[in-house]
Amino acid sequence: MTLNMGPQHPSTHGVLRMVLELDGETVTNVECDIGYLHTGIEKEFEQKTWQQAVTLTDRIDYLCPLTNNLCYCLAVEKLLGLEIPLAAQWMRVLLNELTRINSHLVWLGTHAMDLGAMSVFLYCFREREDILRIFEMFAGQRMMTSYFRIGGLALDPPRGWQHAVKKFIDAFPSRVDQYEDLLTNNPIWLKRTKGVGYAPLEDLLDCGVTGPIIRAAGLAWDIRKSEPYSSYDKFDFDVPVRTESDVYARYQVRVEEMRQSARIVKQALEGMPPGPWKADAPHVVLPDREKMKTQIEALIYHFKIVTEGFRVPEGEVYQVVESPRGEMGYHVVSDGTSKPYRVFIHGPSFGNLQGLPLMIKGRLVSDAIAALGSTDFVLGDVDR
Amino acid sequence: MNPEQFVEILNDWNAGAVLAWKFDRGELTVEVAPEQIVPLCRFLKSEQGFIRLSAVTAVDRYPMEPRFEVLYLLHSIEPSRRLRVKCRLGGEQPEIDSVTCVWRSANWYEREVFDLFGVRFRNHPDLRRILLPEGWKGHPLRKDYPVTGEKYTYSE
Repeated sequence: MTLNMGPQHPSTHGVLRMVLELDGETVTNVECDIGYLHTGIEKEFEQKTWQQAVTLTDRIDYLCPLTNNLCYCLAVEKLLGLEIPLAAQWMRVLLNELTRINSHLVWLGTHAMDLGAMSVFLYCFREREDILRIFEMFAGQRMMTSYFRIGGLALDPPRGWQHAVKKFIDAFPSRVDQYEDLLTNNPIWLKRTKGVGYAPLEDLLDCGVTGPIIRAAGLAWDIRKSEPYSSYDKFDFDVPVRTESDVYARYQVRVEEMRQSARIVKQALEGMPPGPWKADAPHVVLPDREKMKTQIEALIYHFKIVTEGFRVPEGEVYQVVESPRGEMGYHVVSDGTSKPYRVFIHGPSFGNLQGLPLMIKGRLVSDAIAALGSTDFVLGDVDR
Repeated sequence: MNPEQFVEILNDWNAGAVLAWKFDRGELTVEVAPEQIVPLCRFLKSEQGFIRLSAVTAVDRYPMEPRFEVLYLLHSIEPSRRLRVKCRLGGEQPEIDSVTCVWRSANWYEREVFDLFGVRFRNHPDLRRILLPEGWKGHPLRKDYPVTGEKYTYSE
C-alpha cells in the first residue's frame, strides 16, 4: 500500500511530503518530496545589498535565526577582512547559544508531543517565552531578529540585559532537570525511542548528515571545536557523544547540549569584555547618529553606505557554523560590487533528510514518526 | 600541509589534472577539467581523507563563457580541512558526470543544481527537479532568468 504523508501533517514539522510504501505496518520504501517551502531566497540575495541581505538570512532556518545571521555575517566579514571587537564576538556567542537552547526546546516539545507526551510541549515553550522576551529586549523582534550585522551588532545591548539573562540562565538547569524527570526514565518513552531509528555512522556521513545525529552515532564532531569561529575557542564546554545512534541517543545528546549551552551563556555573561559593539570600519559600519549630524565625513559615509551600499572585494568564501541541526554553511561569491553575486546556503536539514530513508526503511510506521522527530529538520533550511 | 604541497600531491596523482589553483582567505580552490571529476573525487575520498561531500553547487557567470562553474565543497574530518573543487562548463546544454558513485550525499545536491541551473549530471540515479514542481520550465538561478519569474502556465 502506498501511503502519502502529505505536506500538511502535524508530525512532519513543516511542509514535507513523504510517500511511504507499506507492507502491513512495515515501511518498505520512502521517498521524500520537498520544495513546498521554496521561496527563491538565493535569487533574492542577488537583488539586495550586502547589509540588506542579513534580513533574508533569519528566515532560512527560522528556529535559529541568530545562527543564520552569524554565519552570513562571518562569511562577508571574511571577504572584507574585517576585525570584529571582542565584546561583539562574545555577545554573538551568548545570543547564539540562547538560540541553540531555543531551537532545542522547540525540538523537544514537538518531538515529545508527536510521541504522546503532551505536557512536555507546554513546559518547553514556557522557557522559550523567556528567551524570546530576551531577544525582544535586544532587537525589538522575537524571532526574526537580524541582530547581527556585518561589522558587529545592529544596536547596543539594552540597559538591564545582564539582569534578564542572568535570571533566565540561573533558573534554566533546574528546568532541564524537570524535562528529564518526565522523559529520561519514563518506560513509555524508553519503549518508543530505544533501539528505534538506528543508522550506522559511515552511512550517515556518506549521505550528508551532520550535527547531533552524528554525535549520537559516536563521532565527536562539533564545528565550534574543530573550526572555531567568533571566539568559541575561549569558552569551556563539552561536546556530548553517544554511540547507540538511535532516537533515545539523539534525545540524550540534545538535552545535554542544552545544559552545555547554558554553561556557555553563563561564561559569556560573567566574562563579557568591555569595548565597542561595532567594528572600526567607517566604510562598512554606519556612523554614530550624533557624529552623522555634526561631522561632514560621517555624513558622507552614512550617505554612501545607505544609498549604494559598501563594496566587498572579489572572491569566494565558504563559512561554516554549528547550528542546532548541524553544519550550516554559507558559500558567498562576490564580484566586487555592492550586491552579492551568488549566495549558496548549505542548510543542515537538506543533508539530514537525505539520511532519513536509512532510519525508516524496514521499520514500523510509528517508528518512522519517532525517527522523523529525532532528525530535527526545518523545512526552511531544506527548501530555502 | 600547506596548499602548494597539496597541489603537488594532486599533480603527482595525475599530471595536468589541476588547471588552476588559488589559496585565498584561508581556503584552497582547485580547478579541474570536467572529465576528471569522478576519478579525482574517488582519489580524494579514498586516499586523502575527504570522506564528506558538504555540497555540490554552481555559479552562473553569464555572459562570460564557459558560463557555469560547478563547485564541489569537500570536507575531511580527521584532519580537519576543507577543499573546493571547481569545474567550468559552457554552452547551452552543460553536462558533467555525477559523483553519486563516490558520495551518496551528492544525490539531492546535483538534483538541485539541475533544477535551478539546468546542468545535467550523467549517470545520476534519479535526475529530476527537486525544489520546483515537475512541469516547471526554465532554470531560475540563471542570470538571464528574471527575478519576478516568467509567465508560468500549469501544464495540466
